[in-house]
Amino acid sequence: MDVKFESWKEIIKDENIVFKKTKVLTDNVLSYCPGCGHGVAHRLIAETIEEMGIQDQTIGIAPVGCSVLAYEFFDIDMQQAAHGRATALATAIKRLYPNKFVFTYQGDGDLAAIGGNETLHACNRGENIVIIFINNGIYGMTGGQMAPTTLEGMVTSTSPYGRDPQMMGHPLRITELVAMLPGTYYVTRQAVHKPANVRKTKKAIRKAFENQQQNKGLSFIEIVSNCNSGWKMTPVEANKWMEENMFKVFPLGDIKVDGELVKEL
Amino acid sequence: MAKFKGAIVIDIEKCKGCGLCVEVCPQKVIELGNNVNTKGYFYADVIKEDCTACENCVMVCPDTVITLYKAKLEV
Repeated sequence: MDVKFESWKEIIKDENIVFKKTKVLTDNVLSYCPGCGHGVAHRLIAETIEEMGIQDQTIGIAPVGCSVLAYEFFDIDMQQAAHGRATALATAIKRLYPNKFVFTYQGDGDLAAIGGNETLHACNRGENIVIIFINNGIYGMTGGQMAPTTLEGMVTSTSPYGRDPQMMGHPLRITELVAMLPGTYYVTRQAVHKPANVRKTKKAIRKAFENQQQNKGLSFIEIVSNCNSGWKMTPVEANKWMEENMFKVFPLGDIKVDGELVKEL
Repeated sequence: MAKFKGAIVIDIEKCKGCGLCVEVCPQKVIELGNNVNTKGYFYADVIKEDCTACENCVMVCPDTVITLYKAKLEV
């Protein structure tokens, strides 16, 4: 440990620790780009699991996408699903082990495009699982192609002149879509770019896991995130761009709480 | 009013130099330095001892490389 300042030496003691890396995350270095929102989302889930004391009762489902290696980073039981099929796999696991906590961790390509079918039907059946949906409006892992959630006019490698809704359709707001289904119990959209938003997101994740504990039904948490590599920006610029553009199409806040819509759709 | 003093320790080998902590620190305690770690990233470095343990940096750090300490100031 490298301590730079004299006055810090007396503070840096184990009894003064107010924040350190949770034990539910492994020591592996995350495979994400610098500044990626995935890291914070991972940490929040891991901290929730640690605080609830359910490390040995939780089963996570990793998707295909940037977070395909999520099982390397969480020190819990994980299963990796075929592309888009995380919610289907979660359904099976939850039905076989009804006392375990099951969550899926999916990106927008996995959940909204390839797995759109599975997601809608799992939500419609109201499986008692938690779905964490990271929305960055782009296919990050494969090199920044257009995703269903890509904004109008946004330049990606497969929409080099910007997304034209006439030809390529409109951004898919799947969170609003699943909120309309009677099977979902808690639907919310959060972000992790600022300390205040991070705290709110953590509360939402905690609520989702508690809903599952009480057999309330399906909780769906969208986390609007950045993809600074895909958007070709620095992490700080990407967060600013996200605030100015993404939040217009994907406004933050609760959409459905305790099975009741709390927002006009 | 009780005053608190904070201290942070950054795991420089795991830091990727994204600079998000630099942006949110109200005391401007952290800065991206001129040195690189073994992965080649310009890691975040502590330049002042004005930390108040507000927890902003540990909240936004994607790689959870910051450990935060907090102690009451004895006046």
